[in-house]
Amino acid sequence: MAFLEIDGLRKRFGQVEILKGINLELEKGGFLVLVGPSGCGKSTLLNTIAGLETITSGDIRVDGRTITDLHPSKRDIAMVFQSYALYPNMTVAGNISFGMEMRGVPAEERQKAIDKVAKVLQIGHLLNRKPSQLSGGQRQRVAMGRALVRDPKLFLFDEPLSNLDAKLRVDMRIEIKRLHATTGTTIVYVTHDQIEAMTLATKIAVMRDGEVQQFGTPAEIYNNPANVFVADFMGSPAMNLIPATIGGNGGELAVVLDREARQPIILPMANAPAGLSAFKGKPVIFGVRPEALTDPEGAERNASQIATADCHIEVVEPAGSDTFAVTNLGGKGVVARLRADANIQPGTNTPLAFNLTKAVFFDPATESRIR
Amino acid sequence: MSAVTTPARDRSAGINVKLVNRIVIYGLLALFALFYLMPLFVMLVTSFKTMDEIQNGNMLSLPKAPTFDPWLKAWGETCVGLTCAGIKGYFWNSIKMVVPAVIISTLLGALNGYVLTKWRFRGATLVFGLMLFACFIPFQSVLLPMATILGSLGRFGVTLQNTFGTSFGLGNPTVNLVFVHVVYGIGFTTLFFRNYYEAFPTELVKAAQVDGASFFQIFRRIMLPNSMPIFVVTVIYQFTNIWNDFLFASAYAGTGDAMPMTVALNNVVNTSTGVVEYNVNMAAAMIAALPTLLVYVLAGRYFVRGLMAGAVKG
Repeated sequence: MAFLEIDGLRKRFGQVEILKGINLELEKGGFLVLVGPSGCGKSTLLNTIAGLETITSGDIRVDGRTITDLHPSKRDIAMVFQSYALYPNMTVAGNISFGMEMRGVPAEERQKAIDKVAKVLQIGHLLNRKPSQLSGGQRQRVAMGRALVRDPKLFLFDEPLSNLDAKLRVDMRIEIKRLHATTGTTIVYVTHDQIEAMTLATKIAVMRDGEVQQFGTPAEIYNNPANVFVADFMGSPAMNLIPATIGGNGGELAVVLDREARQPIILPMANAPAGLSAFKGKPVIFGVRPEALTDPEGAERNASQIATADCHIEVVEPAGSDTFAVTNLGGKGVVARLRADANIQPGTNTPLAFNLTKAVFFDPATESRIR
Repeated sequence: MSAVTTPARDRSAGINVKLVNRIVIYGLLALFALFYLMPLFVMLVTSFKTMDEIQNGNMLSLPKAPTFDPWLKAWGETCVGLTCAGIKGYFWNSIKMVVPAVIISTLLGALNGYVLTKWRFRGATLVFGLMLFACFIPFQSVLLPMATILGSLGRFGVTLQNTFGTSFGLGNPTVNLVFVHVVYGIGFTTLFFRNYYEAFPTELVKAAQVDGASFFQIFRRIMLPNSMPIFVVTVIYQFTNIWNDFLFASAYAGTGDAMPMTVALNNVVNTSTGVVEYNVNMAAAMIAALPTLLVYVLAGRYFVRGLMAGAVKG
C-alpha cells in the first residue's frame, strides 16, 4: 500500500468540474511533482490534499489513514506557499513556532525545535528579524523552516520557487533536493516549470484541464510520453512533432517526411511499434527530441537505428554548450541539437542523423501515442 | 527632461510660463486656505478677548489683553439651559458615548470584513451589497423607527429592572446613543475593512489554518496586527462622525443629564438670558472641537497612508 493515495478525486465549483477523477499514488519518501500549464487544476489538487479546499467526491489517504474530511491542522501536513505567507507582524522565530504555539507546545520545547531547524537551514542569525527585513531567498528558507519544524508526514510545496530570480531558483532547487535526500520526507510539489519537475521528482503527474495526462517517473514521462500534450510540454527545447506519413513496402515500414520543393525524406523503420502498421499510408505525428536529431558524428554510438538524411539548415543558434539548428520538415520548423563545435552553416544542406530508437509516433486524430 | 530637449532660445520663455503657473497655483491655494482658516482664527481670538474688547473692537484684531477666563467659564460655569455648571459634564457624556461606540463599531467592521473576504459563504457579495446600502440610508429616515425601537428597549429595560434589579443599561440614553451609532456605523466600518482585507493575502490565512489557528485566533493574531492603517482610518472617521453628530444626539438624548457635547453647545449658544457672551461661546465651541482635532493631529499621518493603501490595493 502506498504512503499517499488519491482515489477518484473530483472537485466542482457549481457547474464547472475542476478536477475530473484524479488517481495518484506515492511511496514513502517519494517526491511527487504536479506539473501543467496554468489553470490545469494542479494547485487546486494540492489545496485539497492540504484540506484548504473541500472535494466533491473521492478519497485521500496518508499512511493508510483517510484524511479527506479532516481540518488542515489535523492532517499532519505542512505547506510552503508560493508567496511564502510569512506572518508580517511576527519575527522569524515567531513565524516558525506559531504552529507549535497553537498546539500548546511548551515554550522550552518550542525554542529547542526552532534552534534545530535554524541550524539545518542556516537561519540562526535571522531569528529576531521581521519578514520585511529578509531577502527573497531568506524568506524562502524561513517558509521551509516553518514547514520542517512540524516534522509532518507530508510536505506540500505550492510553486515555492516562482518568486525568485533565475540564479537563486537554481540554488534553492538544489537545496530542496538535498533537503529531501537528507530528511527522507514525502513531498508533493506543484510547479509549471518542467525543468523543476524533471530535476526534483521521483514521480511526475502531468496535468491538463483537471485530468492527469500521464503519471510516471521523470524518465518515463520524458522518453515515453503518452500523448502529444505531454510530449510537447516536457522538455526544453520542446520535442519536434512533425506531420508525416507511414510508407514502405511489404513488412518494412518507413517514415515519409515532406519537404518544400524537394524529394521527401524516407526513414526506414526496423523496429516500428506494433500499432504503427495499421497506419500504413496514413498520416501520423512523428515525434523526435532535438537531442535525437543531431550531426552524424555526434549521434549516439550504441543506438541501434540511426538514419541520416540531408536537411536544409535555415537558422543556426549557438547556445554555448550546444548548437541548435533549425530546418524545415513536413511544413514545420524542426530543431536539431548539435555539438557546440559542429561545423554547420545556415543556408546549406547538411546531413542530420535521426536516432529512430528514440522516435515516438502519435495518432493525429486522437493525439495519443501509437504503441 | 523637457528643459533638455527645448532649444535654448525657448528656454527663458518656458521658465517664465512656469513661474506664472506657480504663482497662480500657490496664490489660489493661499486664498482658499485663508478662506477656510478665517472662521477658526476669529473663533480663537474671540475666545481670548474680554466682552468689552469684543463689543468695541475689530473682530479680526488680536486680543489686547489675552485672558483665559472665557475658557474657564465655558468649562465650569456657563449656563446650559437652566443649569449653570459649565460644559464639562457634557464633554464627559460625549466621551462616554463616543469611545464605546467607536471601539464596538470598528471591531464589528473588522470582523465583518474578515468574514466577507476570507470566509466567503454563499451570498457573501449580496450581504456586502446590502451593508454598503446601509451607508446611503439618510439619517432622517432612521429617526422615527429607531425611536420606536429604543422605546421598546427602554420598556424591556424597565421589566428587567423590576425582575432582576438591573436594566443592563437598556433605556439609558448614553447606551441608546452607543447602540444607534454602532448600528449606523457598521456599514461604513465594514466597507473600510472589507476593501482592506480584500487585498490582504489569503495565503496568510491558509498558512495559519495549516498551523492550526482557529477562526478567532487568525483574526486576533494575523488579521488585526496587520490592519493598523485601516484601523486608524476607521477610528478617525467614526470618532469624528459620532462626536460631531447632532441629529441623533438631540433626538434621543436632547434633554437631561446624558446630553452629549454637541447638544449642550447648542444650548449654551441659544441661552437667551442677558448679554450674549461671544467669548464664552467661542471657547465652548473650541473645546467641543478639540478632541476631533487631537485625533487628526495624532493619527493624521496614518489616515492619509491608510486611505492611499485602500485606494491603490483595494
